[in-house]
Amino acid sequence: MTLMQTIGYPLLNIVFIMLIAVLWAAALTWIERRFLGLWQERYGPNRVGPFGVFQVVADIIKLLMKEDFTPRFGDRVVFVLAPASLVVAVMMTFGILPISPSIGVSNLDIGVLFFLAMSSLTVYSTVLGGWASNNKYALLGGVRGAAQMIAYEVFMGLALMGVVMIAGTFNLRKIVEAQQNLWYVLPQFFGFMVFLIAGIAETKRLPFDLPEGEQELVAGYHVEYSSMKFGLYFLGEYLGVILISALITTLYFGGWHGPLLPGWLWFMLKTLFFMLFFVLLRASLPRPRYDQLTAFGWKAMLPLALLNFLATGAVVLAVLPHGGA
Amino acid sequence: MKYVSNLRTIWNVFTFIFRRKVTVEYPEETLPLPPRWRGRIILSRDPDGEERCVACYLCAVACPVDCIALQKTEDENGRWYPEFFRINFSRCIYCGYCEEACPTHAIQLTPDYEMSEYRRENMVYEKEDLLIDGTGKYHDYNFYRVAGMAVGGKDKGEAEHERPPVDVRSLMP
Repeated sequence: MTLMQTIGYPLLNIVFIMLIAVLWAAALTWIERRFLGLWQERYGPNRVGPFGVFQVVADIIKLLMKEDFTPRFGDRVVFVLAPASLVVAVMMTFGILPISPSIGVSNLDIGVLFFLAMSSLTVYSTVLGGWASNNKYALLGGVRGAAQMIAYEVFMGLALMGVVMIAGTFNLRKIVEAQQNLWYVLPQFFGFMVFLIAGIAETKRLPFDLPEGEQELVAGYHVEYSSMKFGLYFLGEYLGVILISALITTLYFGGWHGPLLPGWLWFMLKTLFFMLFFVLLRASLPRPRYDQLTAFGWKAMLPLALLNFLATGAVVLAVLPHGGA
Repeated sequence: MKYVSNLRTIWNVFTFIFRRKVTVEYPEETLPLPPRWRGRIILSRDPDGEERCVACYLCAVACPVDCIALQKTEDENGRWYPEFFRINFSRCIYCGYCEEACPTHAIQLTPDYEMSEYRRENMVYEKEDLLIDGTGKYHDYNFYRVAGMAVGGKDKGEAEHERPPVDVRSLMP
């Protein structure tokens, strides 16, 4: 193998996927504002450039020009590390996404576990950011982030196990390949519902944006953040939305599989569909109290995930040839 | 199940994408303003084309933010008029008290609000900026034609609906 093949192509893949992910995250800020507008009987930002697409550029310039304020009363080191850790954890997960048969950074055998591990890490940025700000609203947001993590993390993992059992692997690429004939949304519909809800809670998006809680906690855990540190939280949140949408596509909607169009385009279209669904949820649903979210997670979602888990296990043992091996 | 109503909400909000938007895209389209809108202040003229303002200072007194400044003077016919008339629109709050105070319908507010400037000095309007050629909201009113004051060309008792003046000494019993 030449040097190009061993280092060049993987490096190209990594840079390409990172670039695409960040660009989509930037675009999503505009997409979200436009579609939120449309769903609220208004237009949204439509002035800067064609259809307002350069609003993103204006926003980024504004973010960069802002004063980068680090509170003297807080913990400086943790304050700086917290937003970075969010983006790092989310970006790491992009590495395991199989975007098309040829695009994808790592063909990790424990892909699903890797995602669960990294998604658990993102909550640290919320809690530490809230703690390091030394601000009561930020701390309340951080505590809520931790409470929310306890509410959704368990059934998120359990919901994914249904897919893992049917496919017989943790490898995301093999899971997509196993959906050649049947998307897992059909046999795993309840698993999909549970994972979707957990994913919304995971990305701290409305209606589960309790740590941010704009109406109660000003901006929650990132109330003290400004300039590009806030931008990193923002980027991490939108990357999270893309990531969860991409994972729903990968795990339940057949990844790159689809007629006519090339695989990566199918993947992007499906991902875009779920990104828009996230925006629609934000436009339509009110935020529950944190005890309601916890009760919903433990009393409704966890039993549902467990039932799905048991039923899938029984069917896999009885029907599938690999017998859940 | 109570979650069904959530699904219904999501669907209902989705259908909003097809609705007509309530946004008025301002520079291209504007809202119709009512004729009594209190916007840019003007000084009107009477039907003969003369200035209506008689420099009585009532508007300047009524103005709660003191944005009106003027100086009274007289022409050769004895008509009063303002030597200068200045409104500082960076102070004006468009309350319309000046219009209410004006005894001659001279000062009027108009349905126009597009008067932004880059320099504050340009917000100060002089008499030539304020005076319009028309009569504004009241087309037939002419103060000197109905007032009892004698000016050149119209003596006492010659105004509309005015009886000739009475010599009070000849009325003595």
